[in-house]
Amino acid sequence: MALYKKHTGKQTVKYTRNTSIMILLLLFALATLFPIYFMIISSFGDPVEAGAMDYSLWPAKVSLESYKFFFDYSEHSYRWLLNSLIVAGSVTVSNVIFATMAGYAFSKIRFKGRAVLFSILLCAMMIPYQVTQVPLYILIVNIFEIENTYRALIMPGLVTVYSIFLTKQFMSSIPNEIIECAKVEGCNQFQIFLKVIVPLSKTVMAVTAILTFMDSWNTFFWPFLVTNTMDMQTIQVGLKNFRFANTTYFAPMMAGATISALPMFILFFSLQKYFLEGVTVGAVKG
Amino acid sequence: MSQLAKVPTTAKVAKKRKWRGDNAWGYAFIAVALVVYAMFTAYPVVSAFIISFQEYRPLGSVFIGFENYINTFSDSLFWKSIKNTIVYTVLTVPVTLFLSFAVAILILPLKKRTQTAFKAIYYLPAVASGVALSVVWLWIFDPMPSGILNKLLGLFGISNLNWLGSSSTAMFSLVLMAWLSSHGTSIIIYLAALLGIDVSYYEAADLDGANFLKKLWYIVIPFLKPTTLFLLVTGVIGSFQVFQNAYLMTGGGPDNATTMVGLLIFNNAFKYFEFGKAAAQSLILAAIIASISFIQFKFFGKNIEY
Repeated sequence: MALYKKHTGKQTVKYTRNTSIMILLLLFALATLFPIYFMIISSFGDPVEAGAMDYSLWPAKVSLESYKFFFDYSEHSYRWLLNSLIVAGSVTVSNVIFATMAGYAFSKIRFKGRAVLFSILLCAMMIPYQVTQVPLYILIVNIFEIENTYRALIMPGLVTVYSIFLTKQFMSSIPNEIIECAKVEGCNQFQIFLKVIVPLSKTVMAVTAILTFMDSWNTFFWPFLVTNTMDMQTIQVGLKNFRFANTTYFAPMMAGATISALPMFILFFSLQKYFLEGVTVGAVKG
Repeated sequence: MSQLAKVPTTAKVAKKRKWRGDNAWGYAFIAVALVVYAMFTAYPVVSAFIISFQEYRPLGSVFIGFENYINTFSDSLFWKSIKNTIVYTVLTVPVTLFLSFAVAILILPLKKRTQTAFKAIYYLPAVASGVALSVVWLWIFDPMPSGILNKLLGLFGISNLNWLGSSSTAMFSLVLMAWLSSHGTSIIIYLAALLGIDVSYYEAADLDGANFLKKLWYIVIPFLKPTTLFLLVTGVIGSFQVFQNAYLMTGGGPDNATTMVGLLIFNNAFKYFEFGKAAAQSLILAAIIASISFIQFKFFGKNIEY
């Protein structure tokens, strides 16, 4: 038995119960998905000024004109997407490599100061980002003088504490015996890492990659601060420009929003398992 | 005898050698992470402390003691932003938690495939970018009678509202947006915790003749207490740092009705370039968040084992 009654034998009762549950869940799902639905549907409208258009919940006709309008609107529209891809891509690769290495060290290598260093690292997760934003901005813009470059966009995100925490949690469950065996076979730590740990940690590496990519693709604040020309902006910042420069063009705005969200939707539906798995790491005791 | 005595010594030497090797490997593996952390987290935190006592100027800042802190505490806008943040937190976090809990309970009896489908549906807004969603919500809240929300409420006879533009509804608009888009993560976490409850507890309760509500009250709720605490603490921490929605949707207006602390700090730093004041306020915010988290653990964390 479980939380719910099984209703063995009374199929109608069970059927009625599950149907009413489904209706409730679908209603709430409708409310949750409405903004996304509205965004996609409206993006197929004609690129006319907002006053001239009719807000409809059902597409009268499907036209890709607004997408064309979005890309024609600014010569940098494609560049924004490319920039996002470059930044999110490099941050992801670097996070996976260095967080996996650090996670392995923190979970399996016994070195002096390991516990202290790890707790110092964890402290970072409790500090609001508002504390570091001003000094970080000064560091990048006034001290390194690299504002408006890919370096400025990428460097602060090279390894995040969250990725390290994630991999460390996962690797703690790898049995020590496997590592001891490899040691007996004459592997050094680097060989153990490459030949034993990495193959065993593919799941957590995928989760790290996906979460990092999503985070980096969706981030608005940091690229907004450190870029000052249109050609260095990421899609999220570009989108904001677009909305303030052109608030009256509704359908192209929705097209832009759809374009910025679409890569994540595609990734999400193809790698759903890893996304949903990533959410629970660190939150639920396994 | 002599052999026995020798064994530990050689083992000790070997252990010592292994230790030295492990130290080197350990540091090599964390080197990059440590450098990035030192440069982009540790240094900025220390730097924030120093800047908060200065009037920041690019060429030589001036030390002004506690002036930034004193100015902050006597600033009515600061207190208003704290009040706004608290109102926003109180309205969003508990409701989101309750909704997530209810949805997770409802998803539970469904088939595995249906469960996964619903999890994906509810998580979808968390995948979309915040900027894209804010653009959409701006149009949902369109103040014209043709705006979607106004049209919808018109069906129920509620007259046209200037959602984001009026100080009486602006905060509620942001809250409504949070209710409908920030529950995905909590639902999945709650569901994972629910699935982790051992069936034998329910079986025992069934033998005692407990009904659904009794099981919910005596088994599910106590078992989910650590999860609820986790979601509560992280939710409050997140809510206190809210910046993006307020910035993109209302810009803090009208009449500062939606100016949250996060937005105030941002404005002080990057609109008025008062870095010292912003740094001081960010540290006050950190202290507030730390004390609230501490209180939550103190009050709700009793009898919880981790």
